[in-house]
Amino acid sequence: MAFKGRKVSGRSLALLGLGIAALLVLVWGGDALSWARDNRVVLVQALVTGLLLGGVYSLVSMGLTLIFGVLDILNFAHGAFMALAMYASFVLVANAGFDPYLSLLVSVPLLFVLGVLVQRVLLARVMDQPHENQLLLTFGLALLIENALLMVFTATPRTVDFPYAQTGIPLGFATVRGPLDVFGAVADLPRVIAFLGSLVIAGGLFYLLRRTSLGTAIRAVAENPDGAAMVGIDVRRMHMIAFGLGTACVAAAGTLVLPFLSLQPTTGEQFNVIAFVVVVLGGLGNVVGALVGGILIGLVQELGGAFVPGVDKLFFVFVVFVLTLLLRPQGLFGGKP
Amino acid sequence: MGALRRFDRDLLVLAAGVLVLIPVPLFLSGFLLEVAIQTLLFGLLGVAWNLMGGFAGQFSFGHAAFFGIGAYATAVAVTDYGLSPWVGMLLGAALAAAFGVLVGFLSFRYGLKGVFFALATFAFAEMLRLISRSLEAVNAARGYNIPIRSGNPWLTLQFPQGSPNYYYVILALLALSLLAVILLMRSRAGTFILSIRENEDAAAALGVNPMRYKLLAVALSAALTAVGGAFYVQYFFFIDPELAFGASVSIQILLPAIVGGIGTTWGPVVGSLIITVLGQGSTALVRTPPPFLEALQGTSGLDVAIYGALIVLVVLFLPRGVFGTLRERLGAA
Repeated sequence: MAFKGRKVSGRSLALLGLGIAALLVLVWGGDALSWARDNRVVLVQALVTGLLLGGVYSLVSMGLTLIFGVLDILNFAHGAFMALAMYASFVLVANAGFDPYLSLLVSVPLLFVLGVLVQRVLLARVMDQPHENQLLLTFGLALLIENALLMVFTATPRTVDFPYAQTGIPLGFATVRGPLDVFGAVADLPRVIAFLGSLVIAGGLFYLLRRTSLGTAIRAVAENPDGAAMVGIDVRRMHMIAFGLGTACVAAAGTLVLPFLSLQPTTGEQFNVIAFVVVVLGGLGNVVGALVGGILIGLVQELGGAFVPGVDKLFFVFVVFVLTLLLRPQGLFGGKP
Repeated sequence: MGALRRFDRDLLVLAAGVLVLIPVPLFLSGFLLEVAIQTLLFGLLGVAWNLMGGFAGQFSFGHAAFFGIGAYATAVAVTDYGLSPWVGMLLGAALAAAFGVLVGFLSFRYGLKGVFFALATFAFAEMLRLISRSLEAVNAARGYNIPIRSGNPWLTLQFPQGSPNYYYVILALLALSLLAVILLMRSRAGTFILSIRENEDAAAALGVNPMRYKLLAVALSAALTAVGGAFYVQYFFFIDPELAFGASVSIQILLPAIVGGIGTTWGPVVGSLIITVLGQGSTALVRTPPPFLEALQGTSGLDVAIYGALIVLVVLFLPRGVFGTLRERLGAA
């Protein structure tokens, strides 16, 4: 791997964590407890919001980590692809009257194909260059995509209405009307749908990687490209499919969050940055790690924001990021699965 | 021996280059003079980045941290304390060097390399951006407007608009930065820095202390970047968290070296010329397009899209940068 150096054993790390936790409890424990009692609703609300958003982070990050695991490329264009998918859905909803969730059927395949093409036409040429060059290439691509979107759609924030706000969602036995009440906290229906949808798609990706021969071939390429080529796997093709799948994941996430986020060409950037944090936290290339890490980071962001109002929520995310990079760069669950 | 000769020749080129560039304001004015000033400014930033990212081989994706520290130190010194911007510049350089040593020490101590190191520098810059955005002591998201001051313009570093003096100041700063980098690289320390980049384990086995020389490169690189940030504030009279610490600032700083040629003395300067001319040219094109391109009038995004395309093309076709590839083709050392 790209890092080396002092081995930090799991035990010493656990001890360190326990020590810090004990210190925090001693210093702020009493205050925090009484604060939590007084602000129970705020706390539960932060937990619910963080969990729901975390599910989306998970899906975005699984795409990013799949690309890293198979191609060894840290993709800075991930967020730009997300924005592109969101604008595709937006156009379908605003101009053709599509149901936003139905537009998944267009945005996901579209971005899959685009991902395959980007890998084939651009990235395949720089696979043997240093990491930094690949990183720069994806960054240039991101600038290109975002600013092309800016030229076409301008920076005006666009929104898509949640289609079931009035009617509720008929489930056969009952009609679900939002927003849901979770222990006194509010869970907006679009956020719940985005969370559940992300988990379903993540499950689908997991099934594909673990239970199909295509998935086995992709994992083989991730593990050992030379060995995979030796047993007859088309490595270049697997690279294209992996990049396409990763891009399709972020496209799905984009379309799913469209009904509750306002859309600008740079909307994806923040997701891109958060996905870096999640992916490093979960272990670069580790798909399960990305799933767990996404939810953790969602919770860190919202709980941090609730405990320390006035500071940007992202700040806590970066604190976790720096600590992870310095103390455990292999991530909580280790690199590639 | 080859390395020594290379940097000796660089000193001569530097002296000749400065002599050629001194009379330039006689021929340029208005918009073109602005382009020249920005070329020199981003040349300075590129030279600074290149010391760490090129010669020392520590790819930074967060040089905005050092740029922003220089810019904010100057803005605070001038606005809140009424000090000379030169004081702010020196203060900012010292602070940035200290911050660089801190970040570098933490990262190198834990063996961060390549992509992981790049991400760590990125994270530190983003943290500074978020902190400065919520910290009321530095005007939070509003940033600083530099007040117009009376007194000796060379002390307040404020000249009338269009004055060629900004050009001379940034030319001097760039020349001094290049001088510092060339002198460092032709010294023993420079040879050690290169040897660590090529093979850290081998260098360490021969008794070179990798941590010390990597930190030396980081500190000087950070200080020079902060000098650029200080000049930026005095030239544009404004700074805010995005302009100081934003991720796009980090990109603008590393781009000249990438386009020109990583790890070459003159690459960042050549790269800055290409980028600034392209960037300013496309901005001007969108502002007042010729008749056959009238549809582009006022379109925002084109200039940055051109940046993006440029990065993609350079990585695809000139992975060693314009200057690096030229040097290779011509077979010179």
